[in-house]
Amino acid sequence: MLKTIARHPYLSRLLDALLPLLATLAALGVGAIMLFLLGANPVEAYTALLEGAFGSQNALADTVVKATPLLLVGLGICIAFRGGVINIGGEGQLIAGAISGTYVGLSFPEQPATVVVPLAMLAGFFAGAIWGGIPGLLKAYYGVNEILSTIMMNQIAVQIMNYLLRGPLIDPEQLTRASRIPETARLARSFDLPRLVPTRLHLGALIAVVLAFLVYVFLWRTTIGYRIRAVGLNPDASKYAGIQVKRYIVLSLLLSGAFAGLAGAIQVYGVHHFMFTDGSAAGFTGSAGFNGIVAALFGKLHPVGTIPASFIFGALLVGANSLQRAMQVPSALITALNGLVVVFVVSSELWSRRIARLRQTGAGAEVDAALLADEFDDDSRAEPVSEVNL
Amino acid sequence: MISDLFTAQVIIGMLASGIRLATPYLYAAIGETFGQRSGVLNLGVDGIMLLGAYAAFYAVFTTGNLLFGLLAALAVGGLMGLAMAFISVTLQAEQGISGIGIYLFGLGMSDLLFQITLGSVETVSGFRPVRIPVLSDIPALGDIFFSHNLLVYGAYALVPVAWFILNRTTIGLKIKAVGENPEAADSLGVSVAGVRYATVTFGSMLSGLAGASLSIALLNVFQQNMTAGLGFIAVALVYFGGWRPVGVLFGALLFSTVQALQNWVQTLGIPIPSEVAVMMPYVLTIVVLVFAVQRVGQPAALTKVYERGE
Repeated sequence: MLKTIARHPYLSRLLDALLPLLATLAALGVGAIMLFLLGANPVEAYTALLEGAFGSQNALADTVVKATPLLLVGLGICIAFRGGVINIGGEGQLIAGAISGTYVGLSFPEQPATVVVPLAMLAGFFAGAIWGGIPGLLKAYYGVNEILSTIMMNQIAVQIMNYLLRGPLIDPEQLTRASRIPETARLARSFDLPRLVPTRLHLGALIAVVLAFLVYVFLWRTTIGYRIRAVGLNPDASKYAGIQVKRYIVLSLLLSGAFAGLAGAIQVYGVHHFMFTDGSAAGFTGSAGFNGIVAALFGKLHPVGTIPASFIFGALLVGANSLQRAMQVPSALITALNGLVVVFVVSSELWSRRIARLRQTGAGAEVDAALLADEFDDDSRAEPVSEVNL
Repeated sequence: MISDLFTAQVIIGMLASGIRLATPYLYAAIGETFGQRSGVLNLGVDGIMLLGAYAAFYAVFTTGNLLFGLLAALAVGGLMGLAMAFISVTLQAEQGISGIGIYLFGLGMSDLLFQITLGSVETVSGFRPVRIPVLSDIPALGDIFFSHNLLVYGAYALVPVAWFILNRTTIGLKIKAVGENPEAADSLGVSVAGVRYATVTFGSMLSGLAGASLSIALLNVFQQNMTAGLGFIAVALVYFGGWRPVGVLFGALLFSTVQALQNWVQTLGIPIPSEVAVMMPYVLTIVVLVFAVQRVGQPAALTKVYERGE
């Protein structure tokens, strides 16, 4: 059955694109069982989910707003995974970007927004780049596994955030109120990112979409992008070809972190307008640093594919929140469901690889061919991440 | 004020708590060592620990029987291990990411179950210290080494057992062969998938036990996210220990002593921001990894999917 479909040029592509969606549905199927055990009606619950995500203009806008950081983090993930490095540090990079962006805004409250806001975005971009670049340097020059170092960098970022928000950056007025969650003062209203339509939809969403196309051009139409992908596909061959492999490993992680950092700054200026912490990473990020990975995998590690993928995933998260409110189930359910979706989507890659292999039977040295070709088929993608020596 | 750190009583107390606090690291990291030696990186340890901690706590809370607590933690750990093995071995999913999925699932699920079944933070009477006759009467050393609860002793006993299994038995040989050269192991008739299922499941059972050691032996409470990333440090300890149980033991002791020191510094009211104290183990992990990784190579097939050539 799979064979017949895989040999069909259009059907196989369609199935490949739909796989993450099927995986998500399967995860939601397991979620339905959990809901049933919790005493909630799964049909009602998932109706609430759909309405929460798509039911009104506001719901749709919320979905896009939720999708924006996923897309930005996901773009960084596309670069990292194509470059053969696994960046689990989106959470920390996003926080680093958000802190730096907030700091810029708090420091220059009287200056014009046209100067401060771009400066804050740049600050977020660079802070994320540093937070991603450190694990990159450690991997390239000291052989430190980037999965571990990025996870540790997440925890360090959270503690720095907690320290700054409880101390130096705390809203001076909060000391008089007895609020439990430490937060900064609200940034000047003139700094708020413009709204696109009379909803919560802000300019950041548009920026993210434009960047998605730029990342595509960068990865497939520039020499640096080509080298990043070459290193990801085959570091040894790249070395023989004269590419400075170590530098490109650092660059992949650095750029990956930069996009997550930008996502943090955009969250502050577009959504919250201040920073807060409940002590954990997810309190501020909403796990966007992890979910961006799933969005990128969903989008087959293609920057443009990550746009609809982020939208679908954003819808899932917004809808899950309304589900939780409508059915009165603990919000921890959403975290558990989120984990299931991650597992199911990653697992569905197996069929993706099988389809790709069935389609390419006979094409022997795919990797070499792909390296030679200026534009290579997306299906050789499945290999770089699993092939890279961690 | 700094001199307060150096009275004999304080030092003995600190070292004793260092020995005690190594317990969850040891269970989790020794368990993870088995999985990684066979080529599977299980990043879900923290989530599995949380589920194990919850299961053990709930079993003891409802039945009052500590044995049931241990069995519950082992059972839950084993189930999660089977799931992780199915995902990473049978479905060949990218291990770094599927592990995060397992972690998120454990984090959410343990919290969900906690809210439904307990609702508020309760305490249980967990494992009590067992003073080993004669040895515990040795001045200073007795208090440091021989006045702990059973799960602490168990964690240390696990180190030589793990060493023996890995280095002196056929099972250990098979595990290492599968982790270094799965093709060769397969051609000799060793079931690569079978070995990996076994090590990941066994390792996760130990992760469950690591959680139980927190909830029914060291702290005797269950709280949302009570591990606070301890499971991730355990994974890093395996790298630090060079994939050897004895190396893992040193790593665990290093971390637990730093943690004990930091607890004492805070109780003594020495003004270091608590966030800096909490951050230190993670900074230390990165520093330590820089030196550890260069020393020894990892199992050659770690995180690599094995597929039989047709």
